[in-house]
Amino acid sequence: MSLLCRAIPTVCFRHIAVRFSSSGARKYTKKHEWVVVENGVGTVGITDFATEQLGDIVYVELPDEGTEIEKGDSTGAVESVKAASDVYAPVSGTVTEKNVKLEDESGLINKSPLEKGWLYKLKLKSEEELAQLLNEEQYNEFKKTEEADH
Amino acid sequence: MNRLAIVARRCFSAKAAAKQTCLIDVHKKYGGKLVEFAGYEMPTQYTDLSIKDSSIHTRKHVSIFDVSHMLQTHITGTDRVAFIESLTTADVQGLGENSGVLSVFTNEKGGIKDDLIIMKTDKDFLFLVTNAGCIEKDLPYLLENAAKWRANGKDVQIQTLDNRGLVALQGPEMAKVLQAETDIDLSKLSFMHTQIGKVFGIENCRVTRCGYTGEDGVEISVDPKRASDLVERLLESKNGNVKLAGLGARDALRLEAGLCLYGNDIDENTTPIEANLAFVVAKRRRETLDFPGAEKIVKQLKEKSWPKRRVGLISGSGRSPRSHLPLIDPLDKCSIGFVTSGCPSPTLNKNIAIAYVDKSHSKIGTKFVVDFGAKQQQVEVVKMPFVPTNYFTQK
Repeated sequence: MSLLCRAIPTVCFRHIAVRFSSSGARKYTKKHEWVVVENGVGTVGITDFATEQLGDIVYVELPDEGTEIEKGDSTGAVESVKAASDVYAPVSGTVTEKNVKLEDESGLINKSPLEKGWLYKLKLKSEEELAQLLNEEQYNEFKKTEEADH
Repeated sequence: MNRLAIVARRCFSAKAAAKQTCLIDVHKKYGGKLVEFAGYEMPTQYTDLSIKDSSIHTRKHVSIFDVSHMLQTHITGTDRVAFIESLTTADVQGLGENSGVLSVFTNEKGGIKDDLIIMKTDKDFLFLVTNAGCIEKDLPYLLENAAKWRANGKDVQIQTLDNRGLVALQGPEMAKVLQAETDIDLSKLSFMHTQIGKVFGIENCRVTRCGYTGEDGVEISVDPKRASDLVERLLESKNGNVKLAGLGARDALRLEAGLCLYGNDIDENTTPIEANLAFVVAKRRRETLDFPGAEKIVKQLKEKSWPKRRVGLISGSGRSPRSHLPLIDPLDKCSIGFVTSGCPSPTLNKNIAIAYVDKSHSKIGTKFVVDFGAKQQQVEVVKMPFVPTNYFTQK
C-alpha cells in the first residue's frame, strides 16, 4: 500500500478519505439492515425499528461462514410469532463469522439490535458500496417517512 | 426486511378510513399497537407483553380481547329458525334454548361464505356473531334473503346490534374472575351456551361460553357505553391475573387450537368437508339437503371424495411454515398443497401450521417439505388441535 501511495498520491488520499469516513460509522439500508465496517470487515444486523415491528424474535437463520453474497441477496431470515422477514445483504462480500449465540438466544436481537444482536460478519468486496447506503441522519429521516406512512 | 414492509403497508394502509370500536380509548391507554384489521383500528399487542408472552399468559391465567369489531345480529320473526337453516348447515331446530353452534354460510358450489356462531335464545330471537371482515357480504346477503322470505309471506327480520361491545375473556382463570362479579351461575353455563345477566352491576350483558383460543372462556356482549368500564373492572380483579391481549396473541392461540381463520384457512372455494369441518354439517341437514351447495357437500362426505383436505402440520426446528408457501413431496418434487396459516407456537416451541394437501398426503404421520425457495423444511401431518382444548363441557 505504501508503494502505491508513493506512485499515485491522489488515489491514495481519496482512499484514506473513504476509509476514515466509513470506518466505524453505522450505515443503513431502506430495508432496515445496518452495517459497521472496520478494517474491511463489516458487521451486519437489523435496526431497532425492524425489531419493534417484528416483536419478539424466536428464530433466526444466518448465512454460513465462507458464503459469498452479493449486495441485495437474501442472506437468511428473522422470525417472530407474528411474521417472518428476509434479511438482505447491505454490501457484497464473503461471510467470515455468524453470531452463533443467536441460535440459542434469538431474543438478543430485540434486547440489543445494534450491539450483541448482530447477525454476521463479512469481508467486504468493495468498500465503495458503502457510499450507496444511508448514514444515520438519512436513515432517521427515512424512518420518519415510513412511520408517517403507517 | 422486505416482507415486513409489505405486512406494514397492508396492515396500515386504510387506517385513515378505519372504524373504531367502543374500546378504542382502552387500547390507547394501555399502549395497544394499533393496526387496521377488517376495517377497524385494532391492537395487535399491548406494551406490557410480547405476542408470545401474551399467548402463554392466556393459557396460564386469563386475557381480555376486544372483539367488538365482529358483527352481532338478532334475527326475529316466527320463521327465524327455518330462515337461518336455509342459509347454513346448522340444526337450529334441534338446539336447546340458550344454546348454540358454530356453523357456516355456504354458497351454491358448497364453498364457505363465512363461518358464524348461532345462538338460539329463550327470547324471540336468534343471536348471530359473524366475522368483521365479511360484514360487507354477510349483511346484504341476510337482508336480501330476509326480504325474499317476507315477499313470500314469511315472518323474519334482521336487526344488527350496531357498535355494541363484545369482550372476550379467555383462559383457565376466567370463571374465578367472572363468577365473583355476575349473577349468572357459570357452573351451569356449559360451552356453547348463553345467558343474560349482570356483570359488575352492568345490566343486560349477554354472556356466552365460547371463544377462539381453545381455553375455557366467555364472550360478553355489552352496552358500548359500559364496555370500557367492564374492561377496567376486569383488569382490577383480585381473583385472577387478568391482562389485555391483542390480535397477535389471538391469532397464535386460535392456530394452536386448530381453529380456522376465515379468508386464510377457509373461503368461498373450500367446502366444510375439505376444511375438515364435517361436524358443522348437522346430521338432520345431511338428510334434508336444504342449504346452498348441500348436494356437493353431502356427496363429498358420503363418498369421501374430496380432492384436498385441511390438515395440521408440525416441524421441530427451522423456519416456520407461513401462509401461501407451497408444500412439496420430496420424492417426486410434485406440489401437493400449500400452507394457509403458520407460526412458531408460543406454547409448544415448535412450528405449527394449517395447510391444504392432496388426499394422498393427508394421513396423520405423512411427511413432506415446505418450500421456502432457497431452503426446504420437513413437516409432518399431525392431529389438531396442536394444544389440547380446555372447553367447559358438562357430561
